[in-house]
Amino acid sequence: MATTPVSTTTARKQTSASWLERLRIQARRPGDFLFRGGIYLFVAIVLIAVAGIAWVLVERSWLSITTNGWSFLTNDAFDPNNNTYGVLPAIFGTLVTSAFALLLAAPIGIGTAIFLVDFSPRRLRAPLAFLVDAIAAIPSVVIGLWGLFVFAPWMQVTGGPWLQQHLGFLPFFQGTPRGVGLLTAGLILTVMILPILTAIAREVMLVVPVSQREALLALGATRWEVIRHAVLPFAQVGIAGGAILALGRALGETIAVTMVIGNQATKLSPSLFDTGYSLSSVIVNQFGEATPGIFQSAVLEAGLILLILTLITNILARLLIARMGSQRRYKGPVGRGRFGGVVDITRRPGE
Amino acid sequence: MSVATGEQSNSLFKPERGLFHARRRIAVYLSVGLTTIFAGAAILFLSYFVFYVAREGIQYINLDFFTQEPPLSNSGGGGIVTALEGSLVMLVIASIIGIPLGMAVGIYLAEFGRGRLADVVRFLVDTLTGLPTIVFGLFIWVLIVAPTRTFSGLAGGLALSIIMVPTVARATEEVLRLVPGSLREASIALGGTESRTILRVVVPAARSGIITGMLLALARVAGETAPLLMTSLGNNFFIPVDQLNITNTPLDAVPLRIFIFTLSPFPVQQHQAFAAALILLVLVIVTSLLVRLATGGFKERGR
Repeated sequence: MATTPVSTTTARKQTSASWLERLRIQARRPGDFLFRGGIYLFVAIVLIAVAGIAWVLVERSWLSITTNGWSFLTNDAFDPNNNTYGVLPAIFGTLVTSAFALLLAAPIGIGTAIFLVDFSPRRLRAPLAFLVDAIAAIPSVVIGLWGLFVFAPWMQVTGGPWLQQHLGFLPFFQGTPRGVGLLTAGLILTVMILPILTAIAREVMLVVPVSQREALLALGATRWEVIRHAVLPFAQVGIAGGAILALGRALGETIAVTMVIGNQATKLSPSLFDTGYSLSSVIVNQFGEATPGIFQSAVLEAGLILLILTLITNILARLLIARMGSQRRYKGPVGRGRFGGVVDITRRPGE
Repeated sequence: MSVATGEQSNSLFKPERGLFHARRRIAVYLSVGLTTIFAGAAILFLSYFVFYVAREGIQYINLDFFTQEPPLSNSGGGGIVTALEGSLVMLVIASIIGIPLGMAVGIYLAEFGRGRLADVVRFLVDTLTGLPTIVFGLFIWVLIVAPTRTFSGLAGGLALSIIMVPTVARATEEVLRLVPGSLREASIALGGTESRTILRVVVPAARSGIITGMLLALARVAGETAPLLMTSLGNNFFIPVDQLNITNTPLDAVPLRIFIFTLSPFPVQQHQAFAAALILLVLVIVTSLLVRLATGGFKERGR
């Protein structure tokens, strides 16, 4: 009954009536009763399915959790033949490639968003934003296809050696560039998470009240100073949320990463030229042979760890973005300038 | 950029000289330049990517490609009809299950949902969108495929339907919220019941938006590979539609076929992977373009 603004108040009053009483009133209109019942049933199905996914993953990997214990997280080898199961290289590969992608994509994504919101010619804004979004629409397997046949060979012949020559003193670029590996996977992930980072940074920057910008412009600030002191401080929570959301995407990305990460465990080292595993690539590589029992359970535990990692990042991101949403109202001066929070544009050198 | 220099002229300051103002001006040039380069790089990459896939794939696209089974060796020829059939079947299954569920959740969130439960549902739906799709594949695999020891189109469709639900739900909720309250009030004033108001007035008013959401969800799952790999596996042979049993036969799908071709040792098949990728790419980008045009997304949003 609480369908509309009109009936909202009546619905509120009815909460004093007993649960059964309300049911009886609703039953007078069987159509509504059935409709509501159907909707609630469908919602319940979805909720049960979600709970079911979590429960099935925990329950089916319980055998592996109890048998392998913590060694599952610290063991180097996922080796069904010797009955040892460990995902340390996979967790390492997942975290390294995702962190690398985030570090590289964050400045590019925020920069692109700044361009799309502030610097781009007005008429081009929406089409350009669409083009950036369209990168997100490229199916993962198509990116992987290009990554394997075009990008990885290029990295082996040109990109890798170049990095080695110019940045070879860093521990990240030691060893032999093989084409496939952590670096290639990280770069592919950078491209894949760029659109979502840009889209969310753009959204939150559009939410910054016009008055904030106008106030700084009125003080004689340049375009960049407006962004630096009015827009970015206001939007930083939302941008952080977008970055974490993008991190979640990177952690869970499967097919493209599987195709270019190499799928060979090497000794853990800081070198990004090494081949490796990711949690999702372990699942893709192993599920086919997984016999019921401990093997199958271990594959599912890898999935469970992936679920937990992405769940945490997603919840964190949603909370941050939601906070941004409720922040729309003006809440005092922004920026961290010298006087009262607003940057002091009028200060002249030597004064 | 004219944007950058515009501010200087109407400044209250005397002609700007000195280190301080030089630095300010350089900061503007630097920021405009850098962000332009970043945005340009992103768009350049997209155009290069689409162009490259098109150039590699287009020579293999012909009538046979749409009507023949995949080539079994290096002979060339052949096509991806199995993948097209399988994709179609699984997308239909996914739609039949996923769209009603997603729409129901969307209607609940927009029309009934209040209080703690609605917040929980909304939060779950949002979270579900960000989870890796392989988790859903793993769920169906361990629940249906592993016990019965048969990969099947139904399992693939089920996995895709779970992925569709949150997209459809959020799209439905968003467009239903845009339907003005006066429309609902008018319907109730005429004696319309709750169910009639929603089904006959509110949902039809939001129809185009809901269809848009469905198209987006379909385009998204049409490119999914990982969950299908674990549930429907892929198939080299075309199954006549009348002999198709979705519960016990592995089905092919376009993204799966690309993945299988990629692992092939034969260069011809690797090139055919690009052809299949081109089809997928065009499908997905054209869909999102249509959706954007239909929702008026190219108009500058006010700020």
